[in-house]
Amino acid sequence: MAPTRRKFLQIAGIAAAGLVFPPLAKVLDSAQRPGTPTTAGLPPSVANTGSPLMAKRWAMVAIAGKCPSGCKDCIDACHRTHNVPDFGNKKDDVHWIGAEKMTHVFPAETHPRMPESIRDLSVPVFCNHCENPPCVRVCPTQATFKRADGIVMMDYHRCIGCRFCMAACPYGSRSMNYRDPRPFIPKTDPAFPTRTKGVVEKCNFCEERLAQGILPACVTACKEKALVFGDLDNPGSDVRRLLNEKYSLRRRADLGTGPQIYYIL
Amino acid sequence: MLEKALKGSRGYGIWVALLLLLTGIGFFFYLRQLDYGLGITGMSRDVSWGLYIAQFTFLVGIAASAVMLVLPYYLHDHKAFGKITILGEFLAVSAVIMCLTFVLVDLGRLDRAMNMILHPSPKSILFWDMVVLNGYLLINIVTGWTVLESDKQGVPPPTWVKPLIYISIPWAISIHTVTAFIYSGLPGRGFWLTAIMAPRFLASAFASGPALLILFCLILKRFTRFDAGEKAIQTLAKIVAYALATSIFFVLVELFTAFYSQIPSHMNHLTYLFRGLEGHNMIANWMGVSAVTAVIALVLLIIPRTRTREPILALACCLVFLSLWIEKGLGLVITGFIPSPLETITDYIPTGPEIAITIGVWALGLLIVTVLYKIFVAVRTEK
Ligand code: SF4
Ligand code: SF4
Repeated sequence: MAPTRRKFLQIAGIAAAGLVFPPLAKVLDSAQRPGTPTTAGLPPSVANTGSPLMAKRWAMVAIAGKCPSGCKDCIDACHRTHNVPDFGNKKDDVHWIGAEKMTHVFPAETHPRMPESIRDLSVPVFCNHCENPPCVRVCPTQATFKRADGIVMMDYHRCIGCRFCMAACPYGSRSMNYRDPRPFIPKTDPAFPTRTKGVVEKCNFCEERLAQGILPACVTACKEKALVFGDLDNPGSDVRRLLNEKYSLRRRADLGTGPQIYYIL
Repeated sequence: MLEKALKGSRGYGIWVALLLLLTGIGFFFYLRQLDYGLGITGMSRDVSWGLYIAQFTFLVGIAASAVMLVLPYYLHDHKAFGKITILGEFLAVSAVIMCLTFVLVDLGRLDRAMNMILHPSPKSILFWDMVVLNGYLLINIVTGWTVLESDKQGVPPPTWVKPLIYISIPWAISIHTVTAFIYSGLPGRGFWLTAIMAPRFLASAFASGPALLILFCLILKRFTRFDAGEKAIQTLAKIVAYALATSIFFVLVELFTAFYSQIPSHMNHLTYLFRGLEGHNMIANWMGVSAVTAVIALVLLIIPRTRTREPILALACCLVFLSLWIEKGLGLVITGFIPSPLETITDYIPTGPEIAITIGVWALGLLIVTVLYKIFVAVRTEK
């Protein structure tokens, strides 16, 4: 049942996006495309037509060493794109991308004798779109599910707000709408649905943009090109090239979750 | 039989009215929570489960403890329990109802609760918990009620009840095991990630549940004409003593593993729980009370001279209940979240409305116990 439903939603979503968004997508595209590398590993011709970006296994490489201190460009872009509320307090806080201390993100991989330039890094943290996601396993309604291309998605219309997924995620990637988020969205973008109080939300790897053939908002917003997105299964993709060249880390890979955000320092 | 709950003494009336009032207050604040969202509670992004889920966890234990009456009576023919097994079953009924209420109260979207049934997810432990809890509720309502009904008519219970009662024994173990699995199967929460979680839950349940039953029996003896009998109460007291000792032992075993191995991800939580981290020691203070009361209670329950004196026994049972409530109904759930996966320490302080709702659900449960026990006493003492 469920896979069929998802497949349907996926197709319907893509179809709807195709119907509704082409003009909008084009506008956004023309603004963003010239400098954007075709990180999906797809031929430029395909990636530029506005047809959906597809992959066997989406993944992201974050080159944390490139992040200037205090930079929040990716966070702002993401939160603007997805109507993420800003409650202005820690208790109700909802966020999809965070900026955390290197020593907190990689407690086991850092030590006090490391160069300060590394220890003091501010590292962007996202949902890891785990290969073996505990959040999906524990969800009692399948409101959280994993797509064939690896994106761990949420159905905001099905979530009952039990927050089992928040306890299960070993990365703190999920937020609960403890209050009605709508009054706290700085500027609502009608192109993306808003959520109601009582549901959980998190990064969706910009699946709605991929469906329109655009790279994730954080990737296009980063002036330093610190975020690289693409198909992990495609040996020619930029993510694979980077992983081939440099030593990379994943957050708490020892837990067996198979995180798909790779960090290069 | 229900009509028997309707008439009672003045004291009974006042007690019921009080519970209704507390339930009403809880309901009022729940309506406010529905309106405002769960932000009305002290829960946060970091500490995403609080008092509600902790009460749920604690009460599953109370529910499971009915087996401590059923098992000795039906499997070992411990006659003294014959008079009170129904009390255990009725306590289980009310405890499970409280559990389910706490889960519902904790949902962000109550209106979608049915999604758990419409989209069953066998990989989710919460799904199985729902299955076993509802099953357990049904078993206990049916067995308790049927046996009492036959009692009233002075006939032996129908033969089909027996198998159901036997099933209730492993079923009771299952509800608490499955509840422990909610926690112990999560990667990255070092505090909960321990195989001893289920045994620990059971041990503490078999102490707190029977302790509560003893208190109820003593109350019934004092205020009604029903006497559970010295022998039954003393056997229960011994069960509490052994279970409490086991529970303390299990906690010590946990402490050893964490503090001797010195793996930070396991140790930090326990340090927070018992000593506090970076000046955050509210829970640690509570846990101090829990530890002291547990030890005092254990001593009082082990020494025969104190255990057999009713007022002291009552005190010991209160201490057991308090100690294990702090441990499970407060510390166990919250500490799993502190420190957070990103190493931050976020305190959790329940808010007024949250506490009012919690008390409301407890009052509802006590109301159910009161009514069921009233019927029980009426049937038993009228003959
Ligand atoms: S990072 Fe957390 S929320 Fe994202 S897929 Fe992994 S477990 Fe789920
Ligand atoms: S809060 Fe929503 S997404 Fe998370 S486990 Fe519960 S139903 Fe699933």
